[in-house]
Amino acid sequence: MMDVQQIKPIHLDVLQEVGNIGAGNAATALSQLLNQKIDLNVPSVRIIDFQEMQSLAGGEEKVVAATFLRVSGEAPGSMFLILQKEEAEELAYSLTGNKVNIIDDSFDELAASALNEMGNILAGAYLSALSDFTSIQMQPSVPSLAIDMAGAIISAGLIEISQVGDYAIVIDTLMGETDDTSSTPATGQFFLLPDPDAFERIFQSLGVDWS
Amino acid sequence: MTKIEQGQIIKVGMADWKIVEPPDTIRTSGLGSCIGAVLYDETKQIAALAHVMLPDSTMAKSQDANRAKFADTALEDVLEMLNKKGCSNSRLKAKIAGGAQMFSYSSGNEMMRIGPRNTEAVKEILSHYRIKVIAEDTGGNKGRTIEFNPVEKTLHIRTVNQGESII
Repeated sequence: MMDVQQIKPIHLDVLQEVGNIGAGNAATALSQLLNQKIDLNVPSVRIIDFQEMQSLAGGEEKVVAATFLRVSGEAPGSMFLILQKEEAEELAYSLTGNKVNIIDDSFDELAASALNEMGNILAGAYLSALSDFTSIQMQPSVPSLAIDMAGAIISAGLIEISQVGDYAIVIDTLMGETDDTSSTPATGQFFLLPDPDAFERIFQSLGVDWS
Repeated sequence: MTKIEQGQIIKVGMADWKIVEPPDTIRTSGLGSCIGAVLYDETKQIAALAHVMLPDSTMAKSQDANRAKFADTALEDVLEMLNKKGCSNSRLKAKIAGGAQMFSYSSGNEMMRIGPRNTEAVKEILSHYRIKVIAEDTGGNKGRTIEFNPVEKTLHIRTVNQGESII
C-alpha cells in the first residue's frame, strides 16, 4: 500500500530511472517508425493531487489524442501516451500521408488505427524495457484510443488510485523531434501511473528499501 | 458559455463540491467517468455542484478518505449544507451529467465500467432522498464540461465532438 509520507527522494530517483528506461526504448521505436531522430526529456516524477492530475496534459479541456492501456501483473498500473492535437495530426500525416483534423470527419478509421497502432508499439516498447529492467512481469491490455478533453481522459487512469488516496505518483516523460525546422518541440508525452499496490514490488525488485 | 453580468464562475475540481448563489454560476470541467451532480432549489435560487469520482465510500481502502470523492458521502454532505441554508429536500431538484466510458476496454475489468456505475449510484442516492432528477446527460464515451446557472436552472454541457447542449 502506498503512503505519500513514505516516499523519499531515493524513491523518486528510482522511478525517474524507470521512466527513463521505458521512454528511451519507446523513443527508439518511434524514431525507427518515422525515420527521424527523437529526443527525450528527463522524466519528471511527481506526487500530485487529482486536481493537478486533471490538468497535467495541458489543461482539463484541452483536446488530446490519448492511447490508454492497463498494465496487469505484479506491478499493475495505468499508462497513457498523450498527443496534443497538432502532434496527433502531424503523426497521422506522416504515418498515412493524409491530412486530418482529429475532431472532425476527416479523422477517418485509417488515421485512428494508425495512431492507435503507434500507441500500441510505443507503449509496448516502454513496458517491455521496464519489465526487463525490473524483472517484473507486466501484461499490457489491448490499447484504446480516445480523442477528447484531457481531464476526462486522465480521470480514467485514476480509478484504482482514487480508492486508496488522494494523490498519484506520475512518471511523466516528453518526447520530441530533433528537427530544427520543427515548430512543435514535443511529439508525445507518456504517463505511467502505478497502482498503489505496485510500488512495493517495483522498489523491492530494484533493491530499494520500502517500509 | 453563459453570459451573466457581474457574475463569477465558481469552479469545482475533481472530488470536490461547492455551493453557488446568483449572480454566480458554477462549473466543472473535463468530466469523464465522473458525475457532475447539480442539486438546486428553485425558489431560493441556491444550487450545489458535486464532481464525484466513485459510486460508493465502501470502496475506500483507507480511513480518512476525502468524502467528496464518493457519490454517497458527497451527496450527504451537500444535502446537509443545503439544508443548513434553508433548502428542504422536498424542494430540491437535480440535473446530472457525466458517467461516460472514455475507453473501450476488452478485458472486462469491472473498474472500467465505473461511469455507468457512478450514474446508477447517484440516481439511487437521489431517489433515496426523494430528489427528482429533472434532466440528465449521462453515458456515452465523451468528456463533458458543465456549467449551471441557478437563476435559469439551466445546465450547459459542452463536448468536443457534439458541441453544446442545454438541459
